[in-house]
Amino acid sequence: MSAINGLTIAVPRGALFTETVDLLEGLGLDTAELRSNDRKLLFEDIGVITMRPSDVPTYVESGAADIGITGKDVLLEQAAQGTGDPAQREVYELLDLGYGRCTMVLASKAGPDPAAEALRRLGVMRVATKYPRIAAGHLEETGRQAEIVEVKGSVELAPLTGMVEAIVDLTATGTTLREHNLIVREEIVECTARLIANPVAHKLRAREMDRLLERLRGV
Amino acid sequence: MIHPIPSGTRDVLPDETREVRAITDALRGVFERHGYGEVYTPALEYESVLARADMADAQPAYRVFDETGAVLALRSDMTVPIARVVATRYPTVDPPLRFCYLAHCYRGVRPQRGQPRELLQAGIELIGAPAPQGTAEALGVLCSALDAVGLEGYRIGLGDASLFPALMASLGVPQEARARLMSALVNRDFVALEEHLAGLELSAHARELLLDVPQRRGGPEVLEASATAAVDAAANMRQVHELLEPQVAERVIFDLGLVRSIGYYTGAVFEVYDPALGAPIGGGGRYDELLGRFGRSLPAVGFALGVERLHIALAGEERGEPGQAHAGALPL
Repeated sequence: MSAINGLTIAVPRGALFTETVDLLEGLGLDTAELRSNDRKLLFEDIGVITMRPSDVPTYVESGAADIGITGKDVLLEQAAQGTGDPAQREVYELLDLGYGRCTMVLASKAGPDPAAEALRRLGVMRVATKYPRIAAGHLEETGRQAEIVEVKGSVELAPLTGMVEAIVDLTATGTTLREHNLIVREEIVECTARLIANPVAHKLRAREMDRLLERLRGV
Repeated sequence: MIHPIPSGTRDVLPDETREVRAITDALRGVFERHGYGEVYTPALEYESVLARADMADAQPAYRVFDETGAVLALRSDMTVPIARVVATRYPTVDPPLRFCYLAHCYRGVRPQRGQPRELLQAGIELIGAPAPQGTAEALGVLCSALDAVGLEGYRIGLGDASLFPALMASLGVPQEARARLMSALVNRDFVALEEHLAGLELSAHARELLLDVPQRRGGPEVLEASATAAVDAAANMRQVHELLEPQVAERVIFDLGLVRSIGYYTGAVFEVYDPALGAPIGGGGRYDELLGRFGRSLPAVGFALGVERLHIALAGEERGEPGQAHAGALPL
């Protein structure tokens, strides 16, 4: 068995995939099949399971994976709403892996800010997002009333059609925003890839996990 | 026809009931053999009475008005009701007092996470027995109970609720920053802990200790390595460990970062882990200040096991779930 210290790891498909696989390869994992077969989900011989980034905390929390890698945006969005501290998923957040860096921003159409105008004249701004909790939390913290419109894809479309005045979305380079004539009005939070761990595996497999952490910090 | 029941609640039908009954009978037998008398208390209590305890994340979540307008709450654990029982029904009886229970408790849930609103807990409370003897007794009963139901691969994580606050105080963490660091630890977020520490004016050594000590867990060697600042808490843990029977002691994982989501713990805290389940099966600890809030100041310790979780873990061990493979690799 050539899994990393015998640990099962949840690997995100999508934007974080390539760098995550590079990282695993750097740890000595044979990633050839992982790279070549994008339809396979379960790579038992190397202790890897692959899934959407937003599913990683679910598998790690349940213990189906001992550790996992996902974006801070996913972890923030899945923190429960409520008063006081946002109660996070029942997982350990062990390490900021540093890659997949992007920023959660509030953006609106270039020119006079339509969101500010809506807020002034109508008392409420409409905001489209794939991250309703992060968006609602940010607007609440900054004392603004907002109507959050949850969309599943192509958030840029929403302000261009007049459905909303602003969007909250993740951007790495800002290219997509610029292409749609949107400009960043506020930066909400920086997000990077994080290493998370199941709370029971964190205790029962402490040695294996600490060894992995040491190597990752050393890289 | 569909007549729904609230999410997080369940009907328990005969096959499951039979299995659960086997578990609860075994637990009750162990508790009684160790001198813990079973009590029942009302599921509904006055909210103002339950509110005397600091429950933090496990506060009562469901409230109703009675016919006079008083606010009643569904209990969220059994420790607080038993503290009330001790203060009101046993105001002068000499300690120690030993109680056990098998009772449903009620917690708020986060949506779509499969969390129970109604959970069956089995546990004990040992009132008037200070550390370390009382703690060691409770851990002994805990292991006997788990052995009696036939759980095999379990381990006990043992920590101390006073450790991290003491560490912060002795390393000169400013008062106003302590809550933030504590909440990062409670949220199991070591990345946030590291970020918060980077923003504080502390020596590099202090910063390293504050990040490193709560991540130490394993055998007795983690106590040796612990910082002078954490020396009291480490000494407490060692004292408890020395009093444990060998078959209990070998189950213990020392965990300098263990914190529980309930706020009333003051000293030793512990959790039960099994490789067949991704979440703790139960836990407990010392709550030396809780009884005082009800008017009879006594040191106390107790634990609660989630019977449903215990059942799932037992079924998982029987099936030899993948998690079981881990048991062999456990650091001892």
